[in-house]
Amino acid sequence: MRNDADTLTALFLQFAILSFFAVGGGGSAVPEMHRQTVEIAQWLTDRQFSELFAIAQAAPGPNIMFVALLGHFIAGVPGAVVATVAMCGPSCVLAYAVSQVVERFRAARWRIAIQAGLVPVTIGLLTASALIIARAADHDWGGFAITAGTFAFVYWTSLSPLLAFAVAALLGLSGFA
Amino acid sequence: MSKPNSTPSAVSAAERDASAAGPAAAAPRPSITDLFLAFAGVSLSGFGGVLAWARRMLVENKRWMTAREFNNLLALCQFLPGPNIVNLCAVFGVRMRGIPGALACLLGLLGPSVVLMIAAGVLYRRFGTLPELHGVLSGLAAAAAGMIIATALKMAEPLIRFRLGPQHAVALATFLTVGVLRLSLPLVLLVVVPVSIGFAWLRSYEK
Repeated sequence: MRNDADTLTALFLQFAILSFFAVGGGGSAVPEMHRQTVEIAQWLTDRQFSELFAIAQAAPGPNIMFVALLGHFIAGVPGAVVATVAMCGPSCVLAYAVSQVVERFRAARWRIAIQAGLVPVTIGLLTASALIIARAADHDWGGFAITAGTFAFVYWTSLSPLLAFAVAALLGLSGFA
Repeated sequence: MSKPNSTPSAVSAAERDASAAGPAAAAPRPSITDLFLAFAGVSLSGFGGVLAWARRMLVENKRWMTAREFNNLLALCQFLPGPNIVNLCAVFGVRMRGIPGALACLLGLLGPSVVLMIAAGVLYRRFGTLPELHGVLSGLAAAAAGMIIATALKMAEPLIRFRLGPQHAVALATFLTVGVLRLSLPLVLLVVVPVSIGFAWLRSYEK
């Protein structure tokens, strides 16, 4: 854990930039978070990244709080706070500024085109997130089976995904994955 | 991080619902403390994504917003970058009580979660390598992968129904450049987003 000023500054800048590029929601930023923290800075391993991601998904609270957990792992309590502020602050300011203007243009052609144009980009980014987490998480057939089972459960039922997480945790505990 | 109910595909549904929204009696404007406490409650009850809980609190319990206002604001926040629920919470807070209101809402929504995440992080650092927990975490990570694949596919459903076109190329190009080639996200988006919006603009003339 490094909570020196350089690490905190780097963390802040990376996440503040990401805040503007998380198209369609926080999940779209996962591939770039992975690239920056695992591949470039090597602050944590692939496996640690996917485990922290899973913990954040299973915990209550906004899903974006993964950044707090990631920030904490990299730079302790200051890291958690810095990562959260950097990820949420810039986009909030932008949202406020735009909300003052854009309400008037709800039906405008350009606004509808922007919204429609962002959808396939978001789909591509979420699929990339899925690939990155799956590649880090699924090392054996047990892992693949849990991934496939959770996918089917979430996709075809409207029950809480937490049920699937609970079963996955129990399977993991019994040495299945 | 991306639950089905927080994706842009929900926008059209949300906008359709807006017309069905009944008139709600406007509640008195909440104080700073009210805002903080209400969002802190949402933060801690929000298992599996917070959006549904925030809507219940704002529209049904407190009646600080009508269903239509909520849907409009949500559509706006899904249109903008960044975590949707966080953006929504900030804009709502500003409208109620200015900048202090926004800070109170954000502190309520994020504060308890940050504390929880720090606690989880401490436990992870101390016990994450124990063999028993190692298995549990492997199971959870595999499940998280399954969930995010399901979310991506749910979002892609409308795309699957379209005949093959530029939208599919955009989704595939984004996936390959970011997911497989691991290029920088800002770089990719600076190219892909304008192209995709351009195609959507052209498509809007075909209809």
